[in-house]
Amino acid sequence: MSDLDQFRQETREWLEANCPESMRTPETSDTDQYWGGRDPEMSHPDQKVWADRMGEKGWTTPEWPLEYGGGGLDKEQTKVLRQEMARIGARNPLHSFGISMLGPALLKYANDEQKQEHIPKIIRGEIRWCQGYSEPGAGSDLASLQTRAEDQGDHYLVNGSKVWTSYADKADWIFCLTRTDNSGTKHEGISFLLFDMASPGVSTRPVKLISGSSPFCETFFDDVQVPKSNLMGEAGKGWSIAKYLLTHEREMISGFGHSGAGKTLGQEALETLGTDSGGRLDDTVLRQRIAQLELDTLVFGCTMARVKDEAKAGQGLGAASSIFKYYGTELNKRRYELVMSVRGAQALAWEGDAYDNGKTPRAWLRTKANSIEGGTSEIQLNIIAKRVLGLPS
Amino acid sequence: MALVWNEEQLMLREAAAGFLAEKASLAALRKLRDERSETGYDQEVWREMAEMGWAGIAIPEEFGGLDYGYAGLGIVLEQMGRNLSVSPLQATVLVAATAIALGGSEAQKQALLPAIASGELTLALALQEGAHHAPEKTALTATANAGGYSLSGKKVLVQDAHIADKLIVVARSAGKPGDAAGLSLFLVDASSVGVRTERVIMLDSRNGGNVLLDNVQVGAENLLGELDAGHDLLQQVLDIANIGLSAELLGLSLEAYERTLEYLKERRQFGELIGSFQGLQHRAAELFAELELAKSIVIRALQAIDANDPQLSMLASACKAKLCEVAVRATNESIQMHGGIGMTDEFDIGFFIKRARVAQQTYGDYNYHLDRYARLNNY
Repeated sequence: MSDLDQFRQETREWLEANCPESMRTPETSDTDQYWGGRDPEMSHPDQKVWADRMGEKGWTTPEWPLEYGGGGLDKEQTKVLRQEMARIGARNPLHSFGISMLGPALLKYANDEQKQEHIPKIIRGEIRWCQGYSEPGAGSDLASLQTRAEDQGDHYLVNGSKVWTSYADKADWIFCLTRTDNSGTKHEGISFLLFDMASPGVSTRPVKLISGSSPFCETFFDDVQVPKSNLMGEAGKGWSIAKYLLTHEREMISGFGHSGAGKTLGQEALETLGTDSGGRLDDTVLRQRIAQLELDTLVFGCTMARVKDEAKAGQGLGAASSIFKYYGTELNKRRYELVMSVRGAQALAWEGDAYDNGKTPRAWLRTKANSIEGGTSEIQLNIIAKRVLGLPS
Repeated sequence: MALVWNEEQLMLREAAAGFLAEKASLAALRKLRDERSETGYDQEVWREMAEMGWAGIAIPEEFGGLDYGYAGLGIVLEQMGRNLSVSPLQATVLVAATAIALGGSEAQKQALLPAIASGELTLALALQEGAHHAPEKTALTATANAGGYSLSGKKVLVQDAHIADKLIVVARSAGKPGDAAGLSLFLVDASSVGVRTERVIMLDSRNGGNVLLDNVQVGAENLLGELDAGHDLLQQVLDIANIGLSAELLGLSLEAYERTLEYLKERRQFGELIGSFQGLQHRAAELFAELELAKSIVIRALQAIDANDPQLSMLASACKAKLCEVAVRATNESIQMHGGIGMTDEFDIGFFIKRARVAQQTYGDYNYHLDRYARLNNY
């Protein structure tokens, strides 16, 4: 038996023994997603059991280094783990911005003390993080941010506000872009601070969105004292960390809507609209639009696979990866426009159990944020034009 | 299979790029056009291509080929697209040799494939009869008689008709136009009594043609594949042909795009490089994204041919539809972004849209393949 087969067998046995039956069912509501933290929200107590067991083994972050409590697995082993989890329908044990966004930046830019302090708690889901990036006056032009962090000797004094802070009202800590220096260009003088949301002077207010939910908050800082030791990287050099982290965020967002599970839109349309005398979907225009979308979805999937395969073959991270955020989010918006068309009147109800409490229109509206959050489509096109195509400024 | 080319394939790509840029470039096409070449292609260059093995690149070794697969042929075709190279590679190798390899008897393969692989024999597929690609509407009749079959009817848009030694004629041996059943393929000597070919110079300066068959007598041994079941064979051949044409469309789209990108970096208006204007930058970036998608489906589909992928038809239609869409966009933008100079014959950029239009229309355009893709997905 090869090492990898051996690993597969051990993994299968461990998952069989440790993944609670209740965690082998699909997530159907928001609270079915477990985000951990000091005071975790749960729809079932097994969520914490499952996350704790996986966290203990480091398998919430299979490829992170062992020394900080990660799984220490290589790419092949991670693939096996994911396959074995999928085999039994195991849920993602821990949803986490600490894992998907902050972690990679911590590993690259933090000092050892900070790594020892924060990484294990992310892996075990003990601390829930939020992202302090956008401000009322700094959206696409993120580098013009004005939240001030004044050097007070042993600490920074933070004043200002952030907006679109996902789940700030539920987070324990924040990674936050602040301005420590105003004398240079706007990209200079930005510092990357980590601090406790329970610090005096921090307050949050959820923002209700067009989808009816409030995943985002406004976050206010009023004379918040942050110890100097919470500065990550060098003072004034936070912009490179910010950009590095954004690439991970974009990767995450471009993957939205590509579960690949369930019925295709074409199948669903056949059931809803029926067939014409030739046995084809009984709406020629919709048929064509669905075909265009499904075709582009297929081709986009091939592109993500190709980029992965090129990297594996040592042909470098292709320029194609720059299109993922832009194309993936636009595709997801197109998909939901068609989902609305296919479901027709059924998709127009906002409330009522018979209509799943407006799940479809709420999801449709949620997709509108995909091409805004993490850098708008227009910003992505600017980046491609300048950095990839080398077009002049 | 990993969606990458291996070392050997990358070397082939480089070799093809180098050879074509020197021997079969856009300048060579322009010369063939301006001199009104009799054959429409350079026979000496075709001989050299055959010597390198290209004419037999996808043909099995036992029949004198390189057995390098359709991935190899696709790699060459992409480079031919970049250079707008003209040769019998599409009609003879991509299409006709594929039909013989897939549908031919052992005797037919022995007789024809080695001659194709060596570059001696040229063929043409005589399929289309009306303005649009619709194989099941074939009306040209094949009537059984004592000596075999008698063929009568007319074909249009036959690539390389006037230079082909042999024609593969799609005929109706049973049923009526509109039926998929009842089609048969026949190998017909172009010199047979009753065959008349007319050359038509196409908008891309290449060989098209009409073929008239008037009671052409064909021996029973020249039936290619099964009688009346030609539609299935034809679909397999056309799937491969469309993927090959997509590889060519990819090459020409990339070339037109890259030339345009260079132009955006050197042309000044209003005292600025025009590439600094956001109105053009975003269009260039969107097109870049589309081209990256196009690359992915072409490699996926080419590999699917060699892997006998059960979803080949679906992938072929996805590939052709996508490449038609991207080629239209790339070639239109290339002219628009060049402005007035893009409209002149003296400047090369206009050659790409011409070849793109003919390649798109050959064996089914965007509309045809998008609809076929939907049909194959059961809606």
